[in-house]
Amino acid sequence: MPDQILPLTYIVSAVLFIFGIKMLGSATTARKGNLLSSLGMLLAIVATLFHQEVLTYQWIIVGLVAGAVIGAFAARIVQMTAMPELVALFNGFGGAASMLVGWAEFAKVTDPTGQHLTFQAFVIFLAIFIGGITFTGSVIAWGKLSGKISGSPMVFPGQKFMNAGLILGTFAVGVAFSLVQDQPLAGTLLYVFLGLSLLLGVLAVIPIGGGDMPVVISLLNSMSGLAACAAGFVIQNTVLVVAGSLVGASGLILTVIMCKAMNRTLLNVVLGGFGGTKSSGAAGEGGEMKPMSVEDAYYVLEAASKVMVIPGYGMAVAQAQHAVKELADLLESNGCEVTFAIHPVAGRMPGHMNVLLAEADVPYEQLQEMDDANPQLPITDVAIVIGANDVVNPAAVEDEGSPIYGMPIINAHHARTCFCLKRGQGTGFSGLQNKLFGMDNVRMIYGDAKATITGLVTEFKESS
Amino acid sequence: MDLITLLFIFTLAVFLGFELISKVPSQLHTPLMSGSNAISGITIVGALISSGSGQNDLAQWLGLAALILATVNVVGGYLVTDRMLGMFKKKGGDQ
Repeated sequence: MPDQILPLTYIVSAVLFIFGIKMLGSATTARKGNLLSSLGMLLAIVATLFHQEVLTYQWIIVGLVAGAVIGAFAARIVQMTAMPELVALFNGFGGAASMLVGWAEFAKVTDPTGQHLTFQAFVIFLAIFIGGITFTGSVIAWGKLSGKISGSPMVFPGQKFMNAGLILGTFAVGVAFSLVQDQPLAGTLLYVFLGLSLLLGVLAVIPIGGGDMPVVISLLNSMSGLAACAAGFVIQNTVLVVAGSLVGASGLILTVIMCKAMNRTLLNVVLGGFGGTKSSGAAGEGGEMKPMSVEDAYYVLEAASKVMVIPGYGMAVAQAQHAVKELADLLESNGCEVTFAIHPVAGRMPGHMNVLLAEADVPYEQLQEMDDANPQLPITDVAIVIGANDVVNPAAVEDEGSPIYGMPIINAHHARTCFCLKRGQGTGFSGLQNKLFGMDNVRMIYGDAKATITGLVTEFKESS
Repeated sequence: MDLITLLFIFTLAVFLGFELISKVPSQLHTPLMSGSNAISGITIVGALISSGSGQNDLAQWLGLAALILATVNVVGGYLVTDRMLGMFKKKGGDQ
């Protein structure tokens, strides 16, 4: 293949990625955008197969087939409630791949005839550093999201200092790696910062609580792009640099959106141990929680003419989205107006609730963003909070001492009556007392969210 | 490809990335994330070059491992994004 064709194909790929990402930002074009970007990827892969350095194809075929089978299988069987952990895992794989590409490139230049170039070595360090953190960080996030390891923050004294020291130390090793001319020594240094980077990924994510996961996932997503970008500098490949930096930038935007939704700056999140402080906050005791039976809740709902559902992570855990949709349909046929109010950080990844409700066929028109939902709440008869906690906690507005003070919330307490579906009387993921639960117009319905909703559905069906 | 040109491309692409998705409806946050995540699997290009070098050495085996991981990221990422977006679309048709 003539020399120019490969870079020209990469330009076409880059254009397809740009259009793909652009179209992913609008509901009507999103699916087509994803298709376009996958076309760009296919083009880049096919063109690379003709690359002059690609000499044998046996292992390529093995790798492509194995990866495609695993990826396709995982994408097909995953349940929508398990989407955050799958995205985290894929993300980790991307980071690991960039890390390995950097490492492989070093293994090539250690060739006796090879020359150790400072810049080349430094970008190898960056690819391994960013890729390694993305890899182990994502794996820890996956473990937390899927419940394989505890979702609560793991903090110990001096953690921040240790992490900061580790980052500086790893960078120092990286700089030394770039400067030494001695290949065997450079090889040893590579193993050192490889290990340190992997360790950093673990240490950076373990102090993060489950409620802060949307920020972390977005940030890791951004980093996997930057890792690919660094790998692009290593092999001097334009399409890697362009695609990687596009993802890096778009991931960062999403991260900032998530931070704003929690009223925290990015710096505060990065340095603040990701909500590790939350566990130490003790809000004042609220009033007494007033439990209510499913049957009584039914009578209230039966008489309601405007109901707002406020879902949270608990809905995902209980897999209650289909039951919720059924209840919403019954309420509507009973002459009641039903809407869903969605907080930007409800759930464990950005847009988590939207995906679940879409799976259950809830029409898009029924979904409201926080700013549109809040003015509606004072004229709402019943607000049903399903497994949401911090995002409806009035302490965020009223209590200056609260760790979540300043975070915008959905004002569920403004509704005439508010039902809170909750598994038990504990404080939930963030370990924070929720003021909402003790308020006069709030009734607690304890039990599994799905069982409760199904119970309400049955009441409706029996009485009609 | 010299360093300065690559840095120049990088800088422009970062700015472009920021401009591209300044306003995204929250409904699309998850698909955007998993779709862009699939794009970050572009590192597959580097993996292909390493794993196809034909020299039976460390670089090739690292490349193969990278290739498998990157392919999972790419194929899985695109498919799962399409599956999610399919659910959004189905509703539009009903209305």
